[in-house]
Amino acid sequence: MPLDPSFVGRTYPPTPSYEVGREKIREFAAAVGATDPAHTDPAAARALGHPDVVAPPTFPIVMTMSAGAQIIDDPALGIDYSRVVHGDQRFSYTRPVYAGDRLTCVCTVDEITSRAGHDFVTTRTEVATEDGEPVVTVWSRLVVRGEG
Amino acid sequence: MEIGERLPPHTFRVTRADLVRYAGASGDFNPIHWSDRVATKVGLPGVIAHGMYTMALAGQAVLAWAGDPAAVVEYGVRFTKPVVVPDDDEGTEVTVTAVVKGFTEQGHARLDITATCGGDKVLGQARAIVRHRAG
Repeated sequence: MPLDPSFVGRTYPPTPSYEVGREKIREFAAAVGATDPAHTDPAAARALGHPDVVAPPTFPIVMTMSAGAQIIDDPALGIDYSRVVHGDQRFSYTRPVYAGDRLTCVCTVDEITSRAGHDFVTTRTEVATEDGEPVVTVWSRLVVRGEG
Repeated sequence: MEIGERLPPHTFRVTRADLVRYAGASGDFNPIHWSDRVATKVGLPGVIAHGMYTMALAGQAVLAWAGDPAAVVEYGVRFTKPVVVPDDDEGTEVTVTAVVKGFTEQGHARLDITATCGGDKVLGQARAIVRHRAG
């Protein structure tokens, strides 16, 4: 059954604050082969004008994937996660993510479409500091493959 | 950077160990990225790389070129084909290149990125907007 398009525009409550740690940035940078010292060494990051070590550009997925579970696991929407495939991903930055940031995510259902028996759900996550400073907007388009 | 300028191809070797490490760092423990049993059960040829891992590698190639780890203003991709990673020491290879398509009003470079594995494009509509050093 196609997903209910009336969920478009629905916004979920802000997630609990995520504190970005230096070691988490180092771990993520090592995992994606990001070797610039600004990811690991606070002095190198400060020399480039940053307040602390800089996260690689796809780092926010660490927060937004679990935040997006609010939508994916919403029983009222009824997505079958075993049929979900990641379709598209996009990040739009206001500023980089730094160690020491305390960030919250607000998720919205941006779009629901159905085509050839498959559903397409676009989620938008606004990542901002606890004080409300916008940092990055993250879109994920999920494909829910049809049965049969 | 000038319009038409090309990023020299950058090849990344991807092994199962890389996927396990990425799973831990990102928190994405979907078993299709580490279990052949689960991957084949859902119709995949075998364990595949996280799409987000491929996206991160392509981003790394672009950042190394831009020479600034905080250069990315915007970055988006479509996952068009899975990167199958065999359980051996060689794994597979993902090759990334990019071309400067133009500049935004703010002077940021607009890049089209190509990522291939075994000759197949694994990312579609892969585009980034990056700050770049003047001159």
